[in-house]
Amino acid sequence: MTIMTYRQALHDTLRAEMLRDERVFLMGEEIGVFEGSYKITAGLLKEFGDKRVRDTPIAEEGFAGAAIGAAMLGLRPVIEMMTINFSMLALDQIINHAAKIYGMFGGQARVPLVIRTPGGGGQQLGATHSQNIELFYAFVPGMKVVAPSTPADAKALLLAAIRDDDPVLFLENLGLYNTKGDVPDADAPAEIGRASVTRPGNDLTLIGYSRMAHVASEVAASLAASDGLDIEVVDLRSLRPLDRATLVESVKKTHAAVVLEDDWLTYGIGAEVAASISDGAFDYLDAPVRRVAMAEVPMPYAKPLETAALPSRDDVIGAIRQTLAAVGRRAPRPAAANGVAQ
Amino acid sequence: MTTETIQLLTPEGERVERPDYPLGDVDIRGMYRDMVLVRRLDSEAVALQRQGELGLWASLLGQEAAQVGSARALSPRDMAFPSYREHGVAWCRGLPPVRLIEMFRGVNNGTWDPEEHKFHLYTIVIGDQALHATGYAMGIQRDASEDEAVIAYFGDGATSQGDVSEAFGWAAVFHAPVVFFCQNNQFAISAPPERQSRVPIYQRASGFGFPGVRVDGNDVLACYAVTRKALRAARDGEGPTLIEAFTYRMGAHTTTDDPTRYRLASEVEAWRLRDPIERVRAYLARTREADAAFFEQVEAEADELAATLRAACLALPDPPPMSLFDHVYASAGGGSGSAILDAEREQYAAYLGGFAEEGAE
Repeated sequence: MTIMTYRQALHDTLRAEMLRDERVFLMGEEIGVFEGSYKITAGLLKEFGDKRVRDTPIAEEGFAGAAIGAAMLGLRPVIEMMTINFSMLALDQIINHAAKIYGMFGGQARVPLVIRTPGGGGQQLGATHSQNIELFYAFVPGMKVVAPSTPADAKALLLAAIRDDDPVLFLENLGLYNTKGDVPDADAPAEIGRASVTRPGNDLTLIGYSRMAHVASEVAASLAASDGLDIEVVDLRSLRPLDRATLVESVKKTHAAVVLEDDWLTYGIGAEVAASISDGAFDYLDAPVRRVAMAEVPMPYAKPLETAALPSRDDVIGAIRQTLAAVGRRAPRPAAANGVAQ
Repeated sequence: MTTETIQLLTPEGERVERPDYPLGDVDIRGMYRDMVLVRRLDSEAVALQRQGELGLWASLLGQEAAQVGSARALSPRDMAFPSYREHGVAWCRGLPPVRLIEMFRGVNNGTWDPEEHKFHLYTIVIGDQALHATGYAMGIQRDASEDEAVIAYFGDGATSQGDVSEAFGWAAVFHAPVVFFCQNNQFAISAPPERQSRVPIYQRASGFGFPGVRVDGNDVLACYAVTRKALRAARDGEGPTLIEAFTYRMGAHTTTDDPTRYRLASEVEAWRLRDPIERVRAYLARTREADAAFFEQVEAEADELAATLRAACLALPDPPPMSLFDHVYASAGGGSGSAILDAEREQYAAYLGGFAEEGAE
């Protein structure tokens, strides 16, 4: 076990995989000489040379398409989209080709491609550079989408993504790069498609992924201290495949759920999670599943407006209290026992 | 293929005669003044960012001649489509610089009226405005307007983007009255032009079927004359031209970048000897078109501009919190245009109202 940042965990895992398997190589804008906009690839050009760490022209569709070609012929490319916003320029290559080649050609070719890319707002990067559009990829059969929230998962899920034979969108988050945590030293890839209960509890299930899984843990800890609430936190970790079983099992125990997401509410990831809970645990629910998302506006550039647009801890706590109040009205348990403040 | 660079003023300030690129009745003193003022407003903006007053700034340092020369060639009816570094073009189009400061401070997202100064809003995503400019130029054709053209600004890195190639193709086949003005400042963040193209950028135009020309981007006279000629051709129905203004980004990509990580100080020093302002100053002084009093007056004007800009910046208020919900839908009428947005607006107003009540207690 070593304590390190999310950034360091990504860097060390990339390096270890490049040492382990010479088919693994990196492509992207500014990843070599400049060492990456967020420094995940620091030192790798020097160590591995420009055959395996390739700076590309500013052409996202170009290097996504080239990586697909390389993957079909047996290499294991890991490409970096400087932010997920830029991946929109490569949507056709990713959605129409990476995700479909295996199926359309009857399993004759596979695309073991990893697309590493950070999402997330809160960095004052404006409307076009602050989006959370992992949904586009999570929507598409043939794709896998993973979203680690901790340094340990950054390592375990990146190991899994690189060794997976399907295209994986690996969602990072600008707000998580400097967060620290324990990372196991062992070479132990995660199982893609498994959520994790990061905090067991009985009063309510709080669900998030990426940055919002982090927020969920913090809010659960703070409400335990302030109100004695016993909240269970589920970190989705994988958006496709989605681990419906873990969600349903948790809600069967807690009877209430709040879903946190950094994207927009309408048609967002939370809608799929809420529908999955409704499908699998309708009779166990004591209150409607609530969602907390960002405001339905293009992200403002002004700091106070950006902060207001993003889901806040107050928003999360408010949704939890409203849900527990609804539980209190419908269930025999007195609201006060749940620490509900009105 | 030879690489010819059009130059009308050497780095030492000597005039080069090029009858094929006539200057006409050109105001060289005015060009000098514009370049000095935009350099000063640029350095003030960098300072404001460093002091935490702006979120970001993309410096134009070193590109004053390319921007002022090309922008001064525009007629009042011509339309300019900038990227995000064209502060010098904005200045020449008469846009008050505080409009740029508002945007980089985050008071708004850039809210000037593009028609008022014939200067379109900044485009942050790389290269997309080349297509917008092409579409606008096709609109000019539909209007059968004969005294209008369009200029699209972008950088060397943008030439790798599909949008720019598609704009070239479209403009060529439709003979659109657009001038593509590429400021090759040698860096796409850290990546050099060799990472974008095996041939000089201006030569790409020939593959699309229109002329391309390379101009000394640090020579304001050449940038002016070459752009003027290309705009005239566009207005005359001769279709697009690609101009590659060969220049150098003396500053960082933006205030978040540290260029010492990827380039040598000696290279920067070599380009300093080709400074776009110094050569005009040398020319004006030698030909006695300007005296010491003129230069002093321009310096004083520049300092005054900087002071005014700084004061205006510091006086800009934060945007009101409820403005978060403005301008999502144009068709909104009295409401926000969406029921969920109305609900969020109401909820947020109540949340803010809660603080007011707390304060009253």
